[in-house]
Parts: sequence; structure tokens; C-alpha cells
Amino acid sequence: MQWNREWKYLVVILGGFILCYWLPVEQIEALLWPASPLWEALYLVRWYAQEHVVLCLVPAFFIAGAVGVFVSQAAVMKYLGPKANKVLAYGVASVSGTILAVCSCTILPLFAGIYRMGAGLGPASAFLYSGPAINILAIILTATVLGPEMGIARAVGAIIFSVVIGVMMHFFFRKEEQEKVVAAAAMPEPEVTRPLWKVAVYFFSMVGILVFANWGQPQNSQGLWHEIWASKWLITGGFAALLALCLVLWFRVVASAIYGVAIPVLFLAFMFPEQPIIAFIVGIIGLSLILTTRKDNEELQEWFETSWDFAKKILPLLFYGVLIAGVLLGRPGHEGVIPTAWISSLVGGNSVSANVFAAVLGAFMYFATLTEVPILQGLMGAGMGKGPALALLLAGPALSLPNMLVIRSVMGTKKTLVFVCLVIVMATMSGLIYGTFWG
Amino acid sequence: MNVLVLGTGCKKCNDLVDNAKQAAADLGVEVSIEKITDLNQIMTYGCMTTPGLVVDGTLVSQGKLLKPEQIAVFFTAK
Repeated sequence: MQWNREWKYLVVILGGFILCYWLPVEQIEALLWPASPLWEALYLVRWYAQEHVVLCLVPAFFIAGAVGVFVSQAAVMKYLGPKANKVLAYGVASVSGTILAVCSCTILPLFAGIYRMGAGLGPASAFLYSGPAINILAIILTATVLGPEMGIARAVGAIIFSVVIGVMMHFFFRKEEQEKVVAAAAMPEPEVTRPLWKVAVYFFSMVGILVFANWGQPQNSQGLWHEIWASKWLITGGFAALLALCLVLWFRVVASAIYGVAIPVLFLAFMFPEQPIIAFIVGIIGLSLILTTRKDNEELQEWFETSWDFAKKILPLLFYGVLIAGVLLGRPGHEGVIPTAWISSLVGGNSVSANVFAAVLGAFMYFATLTEVPILQGLMGAGMGKGPALALLLAGPALSLPNMLVIRSVMGTKKTLVFVCLVIVMATMSGLIYGTFWG
Repeated sequence: MNVLVLGTGCKKCNDLVDNAKQAAADLGVEVSIEKITDLNQIMTYGCMTTPGLVVDGTLVSQGKLLKPEQIAVFFTAK
């Protein structure tokens, strides 16, 4: 971490966050232009800053950074190369989007590579669809903002349909013998690092922190869900302890560093039991310090830098997305510039036309990473049905007009058209199914 | 020495170009550094994960943002 270069970004991001967290929107509105829907943009920004940045986005950035650094790309690529088992390749392609496409600009070269040099058109198409569709950050934010059912539906839908799309692409074009580009494919050597189970436990601890810190309050005050909610911070603390253990045992962090962080965190947790977020923030700061100050521990530094890169790239995009979504669509219960009636008539309910419209809109519109979430939140608040919402989520991130043009340069117009149609059809169908059973 | 950086234009690829220039400057060797952004061309080198580094026609690294010291190794191996 080159602090002399990065401190400016940190100041801007922190300053912006603090400003948004405490923005006196009500006063500004009353002073400047009362009752205008434009202020919805600022209300929504403040809501995101207060509800989702610290507890959800920041841990998500750490997790995404960890995936980029600790999960071996090369080991995964083995399953997608020219000698790969074809059946297994579909399964791997459908889930590996999260692992391989950590930088979104690698999706297209990877797709081209798998298509021409690797396992072929089928797995390549599956990967092309799943890469953006099951982006870790997007699933996490979807689950926390739009509800766990939508997050899970999105992830499951993306995985299932990427396999279906891949298989159908292979089926439609099976007669074409694609000449594999015989290049000296210098496949990266899988590095021998730590065993998979250790990495799995480490990730499990971080996901645990994320899930339980964000455990929503259930409707009834009885039952398992409620019990979990009542003790969520205790459980979160347990996972944090597990993470600390992993770091000490397997990542060469010295125990004294952990105590240095744990003691202030526990102290603050006891001092301010009503505001666990304070202890949480100190925990995050502590973790960041541990990662950036171990000069000899390159892995940890790389982990932090990758997470930080994500934050720098994504936070501005999300900020603009939230502003635009706020202005156009408002918040649930408050109208934006676009009247609710229009939205409900176009994409309300769960009709076939609503789902198709949502899928087509998603396919052609460009969504910068994560912006689909506030936009969808606004649409759903304005009357969009859950089915069409899922359709948009499944078609949106994977495709856009500019990206269709690039795909076309790799696999030609006919295959691109078939691919786009398959995405739209699959998205529509998933929307219809989801809307019928969970709508 | 002919060096090509393969990448579609995100920060990692641009950083790789900078690091390659740095490596050349540190070693005092003359290299010509070119950036390839066309997907089909990138594939002809056998690169599946960008950014990729090609030195004198051979793909020496892919999917990694190498530091100048790591790139320098390839410059001196010639």
C-alpha cells in the first residue's frame, strides 16, 4: 500500500461517507425546494450510507479481495482448458465467474480463450453469462438490500441458467468444428499454497461475520429466526474470533497483533452495547492496520490492496447509481420523478409481458457494477413485481449493448444473437417461476 | 527486446505497462513496449487471463500484475 499515493483517496472516501451518513436532507429540502422528488436522491444516499456501507459493503470488499488473492485462478483454469472433462467444465464455468472474473475486464479475454483454446463454446458461453451474473459483491448487496430470497434466487438462477445456456449454445452449434487456436498456451502453473480446507474455513469465518452482522429483524418475536437476531452480535463476534484464529494459525499473523485489536473492540462492545457498529468499525480499522503493517507478509498486503482497489472503483459508481435511482424512482413509499403508475403498468405483477419487458430492458441497458441494486430497489418500491425484478437482475449485469458488440467480434453475429435470445428467454422464465412461487 | 502487454484496457494492464517501463529503466536495458488491446490478437499468444506479458514473442506471464522486479527477471534471462 503506497500510502503517500493513496491517502487522498482515503480522505475523499471517508469524508464523503461521513457527509452522506449525517446529511441533513430534511433541513436542506425545507430550505431550498420543499416537496421536490429530487431530494429522494439524497435521502437514498444517506440510507445506503447508514444501513449498508459499514456492515455490508466493507466486509464484502474484504471478501472479494480475499477471493482475488487466495483462490488460485490457475487451479480453476485447469478445469476449463482444452483437456478438461467437458461435463465438469460446465459446472466449473457456471460458478467460477466469481473466482476468475474478479477484474471485470478479464471476462471477455477469458471467454475468448475458453472458446477458442479451451473447453469450447458451451463452457465459454456458460462462463460468459455467469461471470457478471454471480459477482460476489452484487449477490451480497442484493441479499441485504432486496432481501435474502432475492439474493439466493439471483445466485441460484444465474448458476442453473448459465449451465443451460452453455449446453444450448453447444447444442445449436454442435455441427461447427471450431478450430482450436493452437498457440503455445502458456497455462499458468498452479501455485502450491495452502490446502483448500484452510481457505474454506477462512472464507467461512468472513462470510459468517457478514451474514450475522446483517441478520434482519424478523416479524414475529418468537422462533429460531428471532433467537438468532437477538444474539446476532454474539454470533458475529464468534466468527470474528474464528477469523482471528485463522489469521494466526495459517496466515502468519502474530497473536499480539490480534490482542491489540481484540481488546479495544471488546472494550467498546461493552461500553456501547446499543451501538455495536462502533466496535465493528474499530475491528475493521484494526484488521486493516494488521494487513498493511506487516511489511514482510506480502499476501496480507496484497489482500488489502485488492480490497482497496475494489472500494475505489466501485464506491463512486454505486454512489452515482444510488443518486440516479433516487431521483428517478424514489424510495419505497416516496415517489421519484417517474410516476409509480407507469412502473406498475409496465412491470408490475407477474405477467409474461412484464417479465419479458424487464428481461429485454436488462439485456440492453448498461449497469455499472452494483448499480442494478439501487435501481431495482427503486423499481420494486414503485410497483415492479418480484418476478420481473429477478428477470432484470439475471439479464442486466450479464449483457449490455456495448458488451454485445465485443462478444460479436469474438463469436460472430449469429452466435451472439442466439446467446442474447437465450439470456432473455431464461431470465423471463426464471422471473415467471420465481414470481409465481415467491412473489 | 520486444515487449508486449496484453490487456483490454483496465487499470491492471496499464499498471503492467508502467511496471515494465520501470523494470527496463532500473536495469538500463532498451525495450520497446507495446500494448495490445484487440481480443483476437491477445488470444494468438495463448493468453486467457489478462493482463499478459509477452517478451520477444513468448508469453511469460498471464493473469498477474507483476512488479518491476519480477518483470526484470524476464529481461535479464535473455
